[in-house]
Amino acid sequence: MSDWQTFAAILGLTVITVVTRGFFLLSADEWPIPRWLTRGLRYAPLAALAAIVAPEILLSDGALVGDWKDARLLAAAASTAYFFWRRGILGTIVVGAAVMLAAKLGLGW
Amino acid sequence: MTLTPNQRAEFRRGVREIVEPSFGISAWALVTGVAMIKSGLSVPLATLMSIAVYAGSAQLAALPLIAAGAPLWVILATAFCMNLRFVIFSAHWRKYFGHFPRAQRLALMYLAADLTYVLFLRRFPRPEPAPGQVPYFLGSVLWSWLCWQVPSLLGIALADRIPTDWDLGFAGVLALLGLAYSTLSGRNSWIAGLVAAAAAVAAFRLPLKLNIVVAIAAGVAVGMLLDRLRPNAGEERR
Repeated sequence: MSDWQTFAAILGLTVITVVTRGFFLLSADEWPIPRWLTRGLRYAPLAALAAIVAPEILLSDGALVGDWKDARLLAAAASTAYFFWRRGILGTIVVGAAVMLAAKLGLGW
Repeated sequence: MTLTPNQRAEFRRGVREIVEPSFGISAWALVTGVAMIKSGLSVPLATLMSIAVYAGSAQLAALPLIAAGAPLWVILATAFCMNLRFVIFSAHWRKYFGHFPRAQRLALMYLAADLTYVLFLRRFPRPEPAPGQVPYFLGSVLWSWLCWQVPSLLGIALADRIPTDWDLGFAGVLALLGLAYSTLSGRNSWIAGLVAAAAAVAAFRLPLKLNIVVAIAAGVAVGMLLDRLRPNAGEERR
């Protein structure tokens, strides 16, 4: 792809960012979102996070991780244990990342 | 513009609440910066992409397509699908910011990434406009913009010197994992989260990351159903 084609693609992707993030705010017309749906949407943040995170931890090349000796699996377990012990997000990241690096570099997983 | 003490406090709160999770996102940004260079983008174009597109998952999905010279519409359609979760979020954002003029609404939404959505909803659970929302939002998005762009540009600059086999980007997943745990309140939300996780794994083979949309729909549907069957189990416990 030539540089100007890539440039055009980047501009197009920028428009996509605005259009998707602002999708239901593009028009000023009243969008009657039913009350039951608005209430249900309170589960959307959690569902989206779970949906992004679960495949990253549980799948490897599209298949369930078969071996428990998996650096990501171990890191996620360590992060989970830390979170429910201390509730801090920074600690959750640091503990999980440290465990993962130890497993990868130390144990060669 | 002068700010009232309450607005200042909300701005600071918006910053404070995103500081911890944004460390994980910064690791993700670093990896995205490296990936842009490794896929063959020049440094100026990678910089433009980081600053203008500002959507990590859509960028990562678009890179191999750009490298392969795919038609523009395929690249844009792929990015749109990667961002479908934001379309769902925007229906929610409308309840808070729908009354602003269009230019202002879209400027706010352009900056509204995943972390801010989750944290804002935790801070303002009632879907209606309230004082302090815009300062909180701005504090949150400005901090997360910096925490994305600085490491992303660093990744572009140091692409050849950052080890890729350390799986640094996984720190971003761990940040989202911790954030997911922090939004749990009551048994209904646990079940909704587990259903969404299972659906995302089960539907993983769907093209264009549509498994994320399926999973959000499943989690929301189960949450609503449980709220109807056992209203008390979904109550806030904070």
